[in-house]
Amino acid sequence: MQDMRLDGNAAAGDLEQIFAFEVTTAIGTCANCGAVGAVGGTNVYAQAPGIVVRCPACEGVLIRVAHDGDSRYWLEMTGVRSLEVRR
Amino acid sequence: MAGAAVLGRLTWQLCEVAELVEETPQVKTLVLGAPDWPGHRAGQHVDVRLTAEDGYQAQRSYSIASAPEEGRLALTVERLADGEVSPYLADVLVVGDKLELRGPIGGYFVWDGEEGGPVLLVGGGSGVVPLMAMARHHAALGNGTPMRLLYSAKRLDDVIYRKELEELAARGDGFEAFFTLTRDQPEGWQGFGRRVDRALLAKVGWPAADDPHAFVCGPTGFVEAVASALVESGLSPGRIKTERFGPTGG
Repeated sequence: MQDMRLDGNAAAGDLEQIFAFEVTTAIGTCANCGAVGAVGGTNVYAQAPGIVVRCPACEGVLIRVAHDGDSRYWLEMTGVRSLEVRR
Repeated sequence: MAGAAVLGRLTWQLCEVAELVEETPQVKTLVLGAPDWPGHRAGQHVDVRLTAEDGYQAQRSYSIASAPEEGRLALTVERLADGEVSPYLADVLVVGDKLELRGPIGGYFVWDGEEGGPVLLVGGGSGVVPLMAMARHHAALGNGTPMRLLYSAKRLDDVIYRKELEELAARGDGFEAFFTLTRDQPEGWQGFGRRVDRALLAKVGWPAADDPHAFVCGPTGFVEAVASALVESGLSPGRIKTERFGPTGG
């Protein structure tokens, strides 16, 4: 699996399309292990039908994003306890 | 505000291919005319989307190679043999074709030049592309920030931007370039001929006491090995920014 692993930069386009701001510099806290870090430093797996963002410390799922290729996105973020955004 | 684009939201736009530059047998630079381009920062990328006649879409991220100051948008693309998108971009696309992209994207793997401190850039293969934007930005800024690039490629023929990197290094404005060829070294090769490891990073990079910023980009295995070696040599993990590309980069 190691070679399939990307990072938060790979999810940046889809996340920015949803949030309408640059997301990779936002600081997230993992709901599973409490690790704190920038979204750009997470592990991303983009081979699934959607994108899976995992914690680099515990590999817990932080974010899942799927889209229908048209106008709809689905976002699941139960693995993120908090997200600190600086604007 | 009626009819205006939603503030800050990324949108797909059509760009025309203005110029194609063959960098190496496997790598091409696409210079794009993007009339609505809002400008970018060194290290950012774009997403490119191709749509087949039956509606099937494939989307990939490509790093921007041009400096913010250049007023043009250049992407450098490596052709991956089994790729879905890169063979089209590298082989089929001609000047005048249109390409759908969104960007600029990212703010994490970015060097603006105001961060202070020495900078170490470590690139593996086409991972050098966003680092090239940083090197070009460094030259345009001209503020003398100490910046060293360690660029690992398999063979000399695979080295992208070699001439320009040597020219940038010859300017004497704080930029230095080091090459390592991991598979074949030509006769009389003056550079390194080994994989990037802790010893090579110690030789080329900055001591941890200088608190350097490090940007590492390349294939996943390369990035993780280099980032670990940098942490082991005492660099602060918060100063190490990484960008990986994997098989989905095709």
